[in-house]
Amino acid sequence: MYIIIAGGGKVGSNVTRLLLEMGHEVTLIEQRPDRFARLEEEFGPVVMRGDATEISVLERAGIARPPELLLAVTGDDEDNLVISQIGKEGYGVAKAIARVNDPRNQAHFDLLGITQTICATTSILGLVEHEVPEHGLVRLLELQKEGLEIVEVQIEKDSPAAGARVGGLSLPDGSRIISVFRHGRTELAESGTVMRPGDQVLAVVANDSAPELRRALLGSATP
Amino acid sequence: MRAVVIGCGRVGSAVAKGLAEDDWDVTVVDENEDALLRLGAGWRGGFVVGHGMDARVLDAAGAVDADAAVVATDGDNTNVVIAQVLQKRYGIGSVVARVLDPARAEFYAQRGLQTVCPTKTAISVLLETVRAAAPQPARAP
Repeated sequence: MYIIIAGGGKVGSNVTRLLLEMGHEVTLIEQRPDRFARLEEEFGPVVMRGDATEISVLERAGIARPPELLLAVTGDDEDNLVISQIGKEGYGVAKAIARVNDPRNQAHFDLLGITQTICATTSILGLVEHEVPEHGLVRLLELQKEGLEIVEVQIEKDSPAAGARVGGLSLPDGSRIISVFRHGRTELAESGTVMRPGDQVLAVVANDSAPELRRALLGSATP
Repeated sequence: MRAVVIGCGRVGSAVAKGLAEDDWDVTVVDENEDALLRLGAGWRGGFVVGHGMDARVLDAAGAVDADAAVVATDGDNTNVVIAQVLQKRYGIGSVVARVLDPARAEFYAQRGLQTVCPTKTAISVLLETVRAAAPQPARAP
């Protein structure tokens, strides 16, 4: 597979190393002279010096082939957005993955059609939520294109869902209980499945209805 | 008519003042509070301190009700991103972005964004000036 990586910081350089080890063809673009020199020492001709938001630089890197994958992982969100747009809209790159440095910029990526993004801060926050049990609802996976998320909820003694059948709950539109995890075993949820305190329930939910789902399962008393 | 100007450098501030003279209701956004000085003591329009990528800043600047926007920070990529956000999220009909790189200006112009490229203008004016003023070079035989 041919892959162009824009940005040779910690993310870009490590991804380059791993992809090369996997046998892929990679071009890494780095603008800063000091970084470029260090990267060139390790990766040789794989590294190209230049501003990856400049169309001529992307063309020299082979954007017109086009690559199977374009990774825009610089430390600058505007740059990552522009690189992804040029690749996708200008050269028909099928898959562009952009790094979001500031999670507040996520909405801009969504708005401008860059649907595959990765944000370290949001990922870490997800893990923190997972470690804080009283939070109630944990977002495990966000399916951006589908507008859905997979969430996990722990049923408590005083939760409205405790003792209720899955089929008897009134859940927000577009949501569904997937499974119930109890005593180390997972049971796929059916209409007759009864939820008990201590159960970990997996659900799929339209991403603006998560708070409603949480209320339906856990009540309004959660923080 | 309401206008939002993002970036209060030499270009942004002059455009803002010009629009205000034409009786536009102008709000200027700049990260740096000192940029307000460029608008002069008599500035009666709005001024919001913050980054144009920040939706709260754009909200505070009244982007929702704006009829036109000029995006002229010192970064090409920042400008094309903010301009697209103003166009698509806020539905502002007339959005112009300053883009110094001619290739990027052309790329985004083809995708329906109005761009102004001072570099391209400078190149053609310089060429025209030299062609008009200087004698034609002798062609190689």
